[in-house]
Amino acid sequence: MSNNKQIDQVKKEVLVSIVEQIPFCENLGIKLDCLGNEITAHLPFKKDFIGNPAIPALHGGIIGSFLEITAIIQLSWAIFLERKDDKIKLKTPSLEVQDTILQRIPKTIDITIDYLNSGRPVESFARAKINKIGRRYASVSVKSWQEEPNKPFAMASGHFLVKNFSQTK
Amino acid sequence: MIDEIPIPSEQVKLFFMNLPFSKYIGLKLERIGNGQAVMTMPYQKNFIGDPKTGVLHGGVITTLLDSCCGAAVMTAGDPKTSTATIDLRIDYMRPAKPERTIIAEAMCYRVTNSVVFVRANAQDGTKEIPIATATGAFTSPF
Repeated sequence: MSNNKQIDQVKKEVLVSIVEQIPFCENLGIKLDCLGNEITAHLPFKKDFIGNPAIPALHGGIIGSFLEITAIIQLSWAIFLERKDDKIKLKTPSLEVQDTILQRIPKTIDITIDYLNSGRPVESFARAKINKIGRRYASVSVKSWQEEPNKPFAMASGHFLVKNFSQTK
Repeated sequence: MIDEIPIPSEQVKLFFMNLPFSKYIGLKLERIGNGQAVMTMPYQKNFIGDPKTGVLHGGVITTLLDSCCGAAVMTAGDPKTSTATIDLRIDYMRPAKPERTIIAEAMCYRVTNSVVFVRANAQDGTKEIPIATATGAFTSPF
């Protein structure tokens, strides 16, 4: 197996294990995909996620949760990949990588959620864009869609605390 | 102030208690009326967001605050239809202490025919400082 292929495999294993380690993600049934360094999060539809049975529509809380989870995981991943000494760990078993990431889960300072359309009772997807990672703070935007990536039904933008990022770089 | 809410609107209360996602998260609508609402949520290990500290995921707090705001909106007048969140901003002041029940209070501070503006805060009963505050705009059910 070539080195790059091996790294891709480790990346996938790491993302699976991160979800397993965060009870809230695991319980919602969130899955992560990774193309290059960009993560796409998947939220399955479950009857438990309904907020308005009349439409029916997803609960605002599950939509907000999904957006925040995607932002935090993409941010953790980006921080990990920016650190050279950490990136080397991708060549070794994934347990160490997973632990390094989980030790430094960013803390949400604030998040603003834009509900553009009601969430239909189908699978949803989300991708986050990191606007900036500073020494202590990071800014992240995230959008979620169901069929057309260019037609999001919810978006969010938030700030996160990333402890001593440059010092540990 | 919130203790003086008069008769709770049973129908609105039942509606909110029976929403599938509210049930899933374990939300309990304690008091409601006059454009105000109080909701509680017990701590559950299933909803941990940081396995190293056992602190709940922010998304759970978002759900509590969003629901509490929505419930407050429904009692700010005589609702003709249901409401939906237009936008919601959450500020996390401090982490919630593991094992503590979270209590949220929401209040509508401006009600129009098109939009209802709401503020809410959540606390875990350990400190004066809330764990999170929320500011939201909701579609008007009036």
